[in-house]
Amino acid sequence: MSERQPLLAVDRLTMRFGGLTAIDDLSLDVHTGRITAVIGPNGAGKTTLFNCMTGFYKPTVGSVRLNHPQRGTLALEALASHQVARAAQVVRTFQNIRLFPKMTVLENLIVAQHNPLQEASRFSLAGLLGLPSYRRAETQAVEKAVRWLTRLGLIDKADLAAGDLPYGTQRRIEIARALCVDPILLCLDEPAAGLNPRESAELNALLQSLVRDDGLSILLIEHDMNVVMNVSDHICVLNYGRKIAEGTPEAIRTNPSVIQAYLGEEEDERYDGDKGAAR
Amino acid sequence: MGEPVVQVLGGATLADRSKDALAVAFVALLLGIPMVGLTTVDQGGTLQVATRWPILAAFVLAVFAGRLVLRYLADRLGERRVRRERSLTSSDQRRTAGGRRMIVRVGWLAFIGALLLPIAFSDNRYVVDTATTVLIYVMLGWGLNVVVGLAGLLDLGHVAFYAVGAYAYALLSTQFGWGFWVALPVAGLIAAGFGLIIGWPSLRLRGDYLAIVTLGFGEIIRVILINWTEFSGGPNGITSIPRPTFFGLPFKPPSDEPTFASFFGLEFSPVHRIVFLYYVILVLCVLTNVFVTRLRRLPVGRAWEAVREDEIACKALGINVTNVKLSAFVLGAMLGGVAGVFFAARQGFISPESFTFNESAIILAIVVLGGMGSQLGVVLASLVLVLLPELGRDFAEYRMLLFGTAMILIMIWKPGGILSKREPTLRHAREEGRP
Amino acid sequence: MNVVKNKKWESGKCMALALQQLINGLTLGAVYGLIAIGYTMVYGIIGMINFAHGDIYMVSAFIAVSAFTLLASLGITSVPLALLTVLLLSVLFTSVYGWAVERTAYRPLRGSTRLAPLISAIGMSIFLQNMVQLTQGARVKPIPPVVVGGFDLYASEGFTVHLAYSQLLIVIVTVALMAAFSYVIGKTSFGRQQRACEQDPTMTALLGINVDRTISLTFMLGATLAAVAGVLVTVYYGVVDFYIGFVAGIKAFTAAVLGGIGSMPGAMLGGLLIGLVEAFWAAYLSPEYKDVATFSILILVLMFRPSGLLGRPEVEKV
Ligand SMILES: Nc1ncnc2c1ncn2[C@@H]1O[C@H](COP(=O)(O)OP(=O)(O)OP(=O)(O)O)[C@@H](O)[C@H]1O
Ligand SMILES: [Mg+2]
Repeated sequence: MSERQPLLAVDRLTMRFGGLTAIDDLSLDVHTGRITAVIGPNGAGKTTLFNCMTGFYKPTVGSVRLNHPQRGTLALEALASHQVARAAQVVRTFQNIRLFPKMTVLENLIVAQHNPLQEASRFSLAGLLGLPSYRRAETQAVEKAVRWLTRLGLIDKADLAAGDLPYGTQRRIEIARALCVDPILLCLDEPAAGLNPRESAELNALLQSLVRDDGLSILLIEHDMNVVMNVSDHICVLNYGRKIAEGTPEAIRTNPSVIQAYLGEEEDERYDGDKGAAR
Repeated sequence: MGEPVVQVLGGATLADRSKDALAVAFVALLLGIPMVGLTTVDQGGTLQVATRWPILAAFVLAVFAGRLVLRYLADRLGERRVRRERSLTSSDQRRTAGGRRMIVRVGWLAFIGALLLPIAFSDNRYVVDTATTVLIYVMLGWGLNVVVGLAGLLDLGHVAFYAVGAYAYALLSTQFGWGFWVALPVAGLIAAGFGLIIGWPSLRLRGDYLAIVTLGFGEIIRVILINWTEFSGGPNGITSIPRPTFFGLPFKPPSDEPTFASFFGLEFSPVHRIVFLYYVILVLCVLTNVFVTRLRRLPVGRAWEAVREDEIACKALGINVTNVKLSAFVLGAMLGGVAGVFFAARQGFISPESFTFNESAIILAIVVLGGMGSQLGVVLASLVLVLLPELGRDFAEYRMLLFGTAMILIMIWKPGGILSKREPTLRHAREEGRP
Repeated sequence: MNVVKNKKWESGKCMALALQQLINGLTLGAVYGLIAIGYTMVYGIIGMINFAHGDIYMVSAFIAVSAFTLLASLGITSVPLALLTVLLLSVLFTSVYGWAVERTAYRPLRGSTRLAPLISAIGMSIFLQNMVQLTQGARVKPIPPVVVGGFDLYASEGFTVHLAYSQLLIVIVTVALMAAFSYVIGKTSFGRQQRACEQDPTMTALLGINVDRTISLTFMLGATLAAVAGVLVTVYYGVVDFYIGFVAGIKAFTAAVLGGIGSMPGAMLGGLLIGLVEAFWAAYLSPEYKDVATFSILILVLMFRPSGLLGRPEVEKV
């Protein structure tokens, strides 16, 4: 694998809903071991991009290629949504948190390991009989869940129903749950929304450590500029479905068309993180 | 609804409440005129209108008074709940643990009671017979509970699988001479096959389509059973279906071949068979319960619940939602089929009349009233729904009406069902007193 | 329709039979279409299957029976007057039923779990069926024919193609109703609000439109169409029982899915197609299995074209 080959290549992607073009001829590369941020005003098409990448929407035109280190090149736009997570190991979170509210936090994380566990249970037979092979797999799954819960500071919530917990905690649970799928590319849709400044600083540290220590690559949608400017290696700015700028945080900060796009919408969102977060 | 504001301010005035109740009574009047106030009766071949104004008046008055009282109670309860919710937080954990132990204990008690019941009532075949009926509904309820309660799929035609199982056994035994114990799993698998055929196209789509497809399927099975006379005996059904035997020993009056009574040196009594049938369904129920409870703690079981909670999240985690739903649906179908086999063997006679939509509705009511996903809830609901009509003919007449009403009220009051406390499938922290 | 007189008697009979089934099928289909619109509208606006809708139609048929009998006992013999009165009465009372069903069984559940309103709806369906059975009796109710006669479109030895006036009535009323209905949905402010709620209820509410009221009106409108269907069926068949809503409900829902759920012209189209399939199936294959035919259509549509004939493919908003 050449050093230059991107992990994920979005190529000339267009998504229309009736008359509305939510994404317009967008091309974008995501590189291994980096945090790539996608920013843009409300309705710019960021979430739609995620939906097209993860099989929830079928793009009108264009392709999304993933260069998987072991499994070769995969066409994500042609995969069913569960295949994107399973075969391509691209896992996402949702802007409006989607946990399994009545299940406990630990169960949420175990469900995320459904595929390996289901395999170990051999159509539930090994599981029904309580064979050691399945027991071992289950213990390992719990260990993995506990590891992530500890790392995200959630371990004392493990046995509580996920739906009853505060918003910020739920956001972290959703990230922990996604991590249990063993992603190579983690796509986070506004993970800092609704977090207080301390929580959002913790999120920064977590994202950086995921890339540094766990070898993950991250694609991040975020309005909170404190997060975006501090952690991203590369930023892509969308407006009305089009890419209007791309580059390092410094370059984006001073890019006139970006300022224009944001000033046209919301005055001081560029630097005022809390406002973006409070949305 | 705009009520909360009123509640916080300390309840509405009597005038407000009467005005509200008056409006409701007026609607009741409009609803009542064509249905309660008027009816048509057959008089010598032609219809005549009969009026029932006094009943209508009573109905409207009852609605008025009922609304007045209910609103008053609701306001009061609302206030109290607000107050209680403020004071309640930390004792929650302990209470759930206590509640769980309680449920386990009640479950064991019920099981021991069920085990001893034929001994206690050995001279009363009516009791044992009714208990057998209750257990059939328990079995049907547990089957449907997997589909509705755990996987969150609305199956309105569960009775179709019950019918498939019953007819499969009836035909296998009368045409091919298959025994009960051999036919049991085969008929279960046939029912599961039907589940697959029905579930596969409809489960890939939006959730609600399954409801109408199963509703239609239940009706279709019935139409086919009625009309395909060569196959199913038409409206007359199938008679002289062989009864289960005790490991090959039939329950018959003394004859040349060894019978159950002769083998064990007992005096022949028809009660033997009834008691035996009771234990057969009890064993089937216990097996079902163990099976379902274990599955719930396995990856499939967790995936069922996860799909019920949020399908989209499941997909994003790599779970093939269609397969998960299909597994729940097919398992439910299979359990329904097994119950059908038992039903056919017990009755010795089946006809399409036993498999109407009402039956599906009763099974659904059992699951919904009992508490979706709760095994014990199904038992309690089956007991109530089978025993109440036995108490009086009046009740039997109003039974379905009450079921319908109860389903609406429970959905409004507790959308998870009455016994809706969910027990986690695994825990991080070990609790004392629990392995 | 141009009926060519064929020399060969057999093929003439063949044509006649087909034509007769076409008439019967369209009549039946018009009724299914009217009911199907109620399903489609409710589905469009709150995204649920209103299982009680078939029973609303059944209730209206019973109201029609009572009303016709009442009018007859009052000595009103003018057919148009009787029809009009019964239609009005039935629409009035049935729309109250439609309103009450939504208000009691569905509105308290808005924003609840996905399953809750469906179960509540099936509970309401069971309730209505059994309520009618208890208050009106479980037996079939026959009324004397209201609209009698008809004319023969075509007659040859031993076979005539008959168009009953009641069939003509059904077609005319349905067409008129559809025209009025298109106007209401397309041109009035209620129609605009209704369509807005369908697209985005939250946004519509933010714009100051009373979403609750719009939903209530949608239920009443759906019930109105079902009421007309109920009256027409009573006139056409002359018998009514408490079970008719169940089967008609399934078929009308199939029609709505076939036409593309959410699409009102689709519902009518689907209804007509289902009516035709049923009529032809009954005539040429086997009358006993006509319900099986409709149901198989439902399965096939779901498998191969889940968005129906005129519906847009549904993109689940994530
Ligand atoms: N399923 C859909 N059907 C129709 N329109 C849609 C659909 N999904 C998204 N859109 C539209 O596409 C546009 C882009 O939406 P998207 O959710 O991608 O924006 P976003 O950049 O994520 O905004 P935000 O910052 O508010 O989350 C919006 O105008 C939205 O209304
Ligand atoms: Mg978004």
